[in-house]
Amino acid sequence: MSKLTMKTEGDTHIVVTRHFAASPEAIYRAHLEPEIVQKWLLGPEGWTMPVCNIDARPGGKFRYEWFNSSKNQGFHLTGEFVELQPHSKIVHVERMFLPNQTPDNHVETSFIPDGAGTLMTIRMTVPDAKTRAAMLATGMEHGMEASYVRLEGVI
Amino acid sequence: MRLDSTFAALADPTRRAILARLALGEATVLELAKPFEMSQPAISRHIKVLEAAGLITRRVEGSKRPCKLARKGIDEIDQFLGMLRDALSRNYERLDQVLAEMKTERDKP
Repeated sequence: MSKLTMKTEGDTHIVVTRHFAASPEAIYRAHLEPEIVQKWLLGPEGWTMPVCNIDARPGGKFRYEWFNSSKNQGFHLTGEFVELQPHSKIVHVERMFLPNQTPDNHVETSFIPDGAGTLMTIRMTVPDAKTRAAMLATGMEHGMEASYVRLEGVI
Repeated sequence: MRLDSTFAALADPTRRAILARLALGEATVLELAKPFEMSQPAISRHIKVLEAAGLITRRVEGSKRPCKLARKGIDEIDQFLGMLRDALSRNYERLDQVLAEMKTERDKP
């Protein structure tokens, strides 16, 4: 069972790590190919991603739209790729619309061979208090590499 | 009345910005004043209002009195982090499954 770790880095970043039993190449593809992303980047049960557009090149844009049919509620996220190193690194900027636009988050995701699998490390910006409140209030708990914070060190 | 003073404290944009900064960790008045075009005494006055409202606490460290969010603010962060951790964990459990399927697909003759 692979376990997620979260920790702070300085005052404004948090770092998430997760081990996968697959190659860096497979995980890299799973983050950039829409038909794969739509299968897993869904957050809590009940959400689907009917729209997933990804232009996977530096400067290319992406857009994810989520929908929850039982709540009849949706929201979306847009972003741009800053850097793409095939099978090892994705750097992008993103913001959510809840429906109000959240501040831009800068996210670096790296994939490093780790034993028979891969260690994924995500380094991201801490969302401000207002954004956190908006995310809690809308109940749109999703798990994008958008905006994660860590506890120890913050308090 | 604590509730009234809390709302009054939150009504000011500078004080909300100070709280947002403290959500990231403890800070001194000097550090809090940095992003604002305001004098240190002006920031100190805002901090006194926040402290009176029970939104922040201060401790003594030599000549400094660093500020941090009080329990109320921390509870919100806790809740947020818990939510994100759950959502992330579910995403990656699904990704484990997707990756296993990709591997099976590739290994087909």
